[in-house]
Amino acid sequence: MMSRMALFLTLAAFCIAVCAGRVEAQTQLLNVSYDPTRELYRDINSLFAADWKKSSGETVTIRMSHGGSGAQARAVIAGIDASVVTLALAADIDAIAERTSKIPADWQKRLPDNSSPYTSTIVFVVRKGNPRGIKDWDDLVKPGIQVVTPNPKTSGGARWNYLAAWAYASEKNGGDDAKIRAFMSALFKNVSVLDTGARGATNTFAQRSIGDVLIAWENEAHLALQEMGADKFEIVTPSLSILAQPTVSLVDGNVDKTGNRKVAQAYLEFLYTAPAQAAIARHFYRPVKPEFADKKDLDRLPALKLVTIDGFFGGWAKVQKAHFAEGGVFDRIMADAHR
Amino acid sequence: MSKRLVSKRPVPPPTAATERPVTRLCLTAVALAFLALFLVLPVIVVFSEALAKGVTVYLETFDDPDARAAIELTLLVVAIAVPLNLVFGVAASWAIAKFEFRGKSLLITLIDLPFSVSPVVSGLIYVLLFGSQGLFGPWLEAHDIKILFALPGIVLATMFVTFPFVARELIPLMQEQGSLDEEAALTLGARGFRIFFTITLPNVAWGLLYGVLLCTARAMGEFGAVSVVSGHIRGVTDTMPLHVEILYNEYNFVAAFAMASLLTLMAVVTLAAKTVLEMHYGDALARTTRI
Repeated sequence: MMSRMALFLTLAAFCIAVCAGRVEAQTQLLNVSYDPTRELYRDINSLFAADWKKSSGETVTIRMSHGGSGAQARAVIAGIDASVVTLALAADIDAIAERTSKIPADWQKRLPDNSSPYTSTIVFVVRKGNPRGIKDWDDLVKPGIQVVTPNPKTSGGARWNYLAAWAYASEKNGGDDAKIRAFMSALFKNVSVLDTGARGATNTFAQRSIGDVLIAWENEAHLALQEMGADKFEIVTPSLSILAQPTVSLVDGNVDKTGNRKVAQAYLEFLYTAPAQAAIARHFYRPVKPEFADKKDLDRLPALKLVTIDGFFGGWAKVQKAHFAEGGVFDRIMADAHR
Repeated sequence: MSKRLVSKRPVPPPTAATERPVTRLCLTAVALAFLALFLVLPVIVVFSEALAKGVTVYLETFDDPDARAAIELTLLVVAIAVPLNLVFGVAASWAIAKFEFRGKSLLITLIDLPFSVSPVVSGLIYVLLFGSQGLFGPWLEAHDIKILFALPGIVLATMFVTFPFVARELIPLMQEQGSLDEEAALTLGARGFRIFFTITLPNVAWGLLYGVLLCTARAMGEFGAVSVVSGHIRGVTDTMPLHVEILYNEYNFVAAFAMASLLTLMAVVTLAAKTVLEMHYGDALARTTRI
């Protein structure tokens, strides 16, 4: 009797579990994002929820999912119910558009500034007092320097790191391909830990005290200093870096099914408004509308020479195929570095 | 040993503890040092880190709605996965221990599979099966049933990883006991389920309890497989182990270790329950296992 009862209960529990997955409140948004945006979106979400309540009277709950940008894109492809994606680079949203019918191919034209409401760049974090005297990319390829950067295969941030180094080497060597590759091999020879995500790499460098220099998102670098203590680390801005453009998009296929397109669209448009842009600068990102940001927030982000992915590399589609595909340039550089 | 027995000079047969006291002491010390270093010390670190900023901050961790949701989800997953594994585990070990059929060794191997397969791989199996691009994905989507990135997926992944615990505990026990009792019951006129519930099940009750407790402890702590199928949606599909990682990645070390300490406590309570039961019912346990 007892066991039959137990069997019945477990079956009932499983049915409830299956059904629970089907029932969902209407005014819910799921923002599938990449690793370092946790603090930014916590701030923006509460701003937007208040704004939406005021303008429409509806209460909206915004759920977050964070992880490596590439892994998050794969989760959306595998069917996670994202209303919007806010990923580290356009290539990851391209991948979703390509493999599912949930996002149209021309998604990047639907919002201002190529759908990137904030940008960032790549800088170095070194230990306090800069004991290894690191000033620019050249210092990273010197023998004996330990570099920490995540793996470009899994991390969006790491791809920006890689391309920033490439752009520097290219400028310096007048575009000589062999010399650029030699520089990149020397760089990756010095990489001691290749984490899967940006946040993991920061923790390796800051918490576990591994490496002399961390190549990181500018926002991630400032956040690490704020959280772990400015008395332990310093930020070094290189002479040249890349304009990293994280991008956002509606996931049409999902919002049409859930019926929350209106609020999801409003959420993305909200990112370009004054309060959101101010929050963006507060969290060490570079706002696309700096006029809305607090001047003292902007002063923390120095001007430097930035190349763009479209201008310098000819766009993500090209870069992705040439550098990061199986057997691409990155694979060959890694093979060289570990010969 | 056999060589010694046939040698010309008679040697006293070795008893259980012929080692010199020094050797014994060394062995004990090594074992204790190992335990202290790899088990006790980490547990102490978890609790000291969790309490680093005082009890108030420690308790505040559990006030957070996302933390609450993670705890509730973990308990819910355990409440579904463990009873199901109990039923399947008993059924599988009963079939293996008491009956002869073709493909039996294959079944035993399959039961062990979750032990040998990396949890990440077992998570990916479910993505391949139930993902939008997977085998059943389109059908599930058409019928608006969510498996992946929702509770059912997490339950399935947990069940897969913890499946062997109950069966592995029961199979040797049932095989050792043989089917004499069942045959006796049969001659007395009992049938199928009656034999199972009055003879087989009570005979293995203790082994079963042990398996269930281990299964529970493991189900609460499963990270790899669940990480792949969860989607990491805060407050919805984050289990306790995943929430520990999230908090750690947000530089929220106190909260991360507080959550970890709660997980540790839950596991310790589970194992303590086992010990207490053993202490009180040790005789009954010895009888059923026929030591």
